[in-house]
Amino acid sequence: MAQSRHAVTKEQSPKITALVVDDNMVNRTIHQRLLDNLGIENEVVCNGKEAVDVHCSGKNFDLILMDMDMPIMNGIEATRRLREMGIRSMIAGVSTRAMEQEIQAFKEAGLDDYQEKPLTMSKLTSIIRKMNHND
Amino acid sequence: MDLVQLQRQLVEYRTSLYHEGFLDEQFTQLQELQDENNPDFVVEVVSLFFEDSERLLNELTKALEQQNIDFKKVDAHVHQLKGSSSSIGAQRVQRICIAFRNYCEEQNVQGCLKCLQQVKNEYSLVKTKLEFMFQLEQQILTAGGSIPMQ
Repeated sequence: MAQSRHAVTKEQSPKITALVVDDNMVNRTIHQRLLDNLGIENEVVCNGKEAVDVHCSGKNFDLILMDMDMPIMNGIEATRRLREMGIRSMIAGVSTRAMEQEIQAFKEAGLDDYQEKPLTMSKLTSIIRKMNHND
Repeated sequence: MDLVQLQRQLVEYRTSLYHEGFLDEQFTQLQELQDENNPDFVVEVVSLFFEDSERLLNELTKALEQQNIDFKKVDAHVHQLKGSSSSIGAQRVQRICIAFRNYCEEQNVQGCLKCLQQVKNEYSLVKTKLEFMFQLEQQILTAGGSIPMQ
């Protein structure tokens, strides 16, 4: 049965959840604040491996903010792994200006969106808008 | 100094920091994330930046003192510093990090040492200036006033 999105009231729709994946403490704090301000429940991990592990433990998120350059496992590899695991969450790659090839590789690993760091409120809201569109 | 003068001084000081390139638009973004529920957000994030930067600068100094410099390690630290300085809007620090990374890639010791000195100087400057700005803000709040946004 088709359900109109407009029929879902704010009280009925569950809270959006997000996972912040970034090796930089300052960035994690800022990204969390951005998400908190939008009422988005969020968790943080420090690298790609932790992002994969948290999903292996059974957790799932509506949105993943994935940094590219991280130790142990970078964002490209982590995105690839998560897609292989069947994770269909919105994955937004967030990175500092990188070479075109690197951004391409990142996108090809399975990103739904890509934004240049630093993240701002408007960049985040454009990611969320894209997410709602894909529903 | 009365409240109005303090507030004017703060606005002028803050404006000068932007004009001189110490801060950029990203700092404004941080201020916009502060509200009644998180009244100390900017100070908290900037304090994190100070702690993190000091640790990184120490690591960089040690790494560049080694007989056989591990440029990958040096680059990793500079990358972190570039990331955090960019996120809080510390533009001049960020700019030097970019040059620093280029020298790492070239494995240019002299270049790296020069950048290390420059980044230490710029970090010290922006730290002093931000701390002074926070002091002005605190004085305004203590005097019962509110922080003027531009």
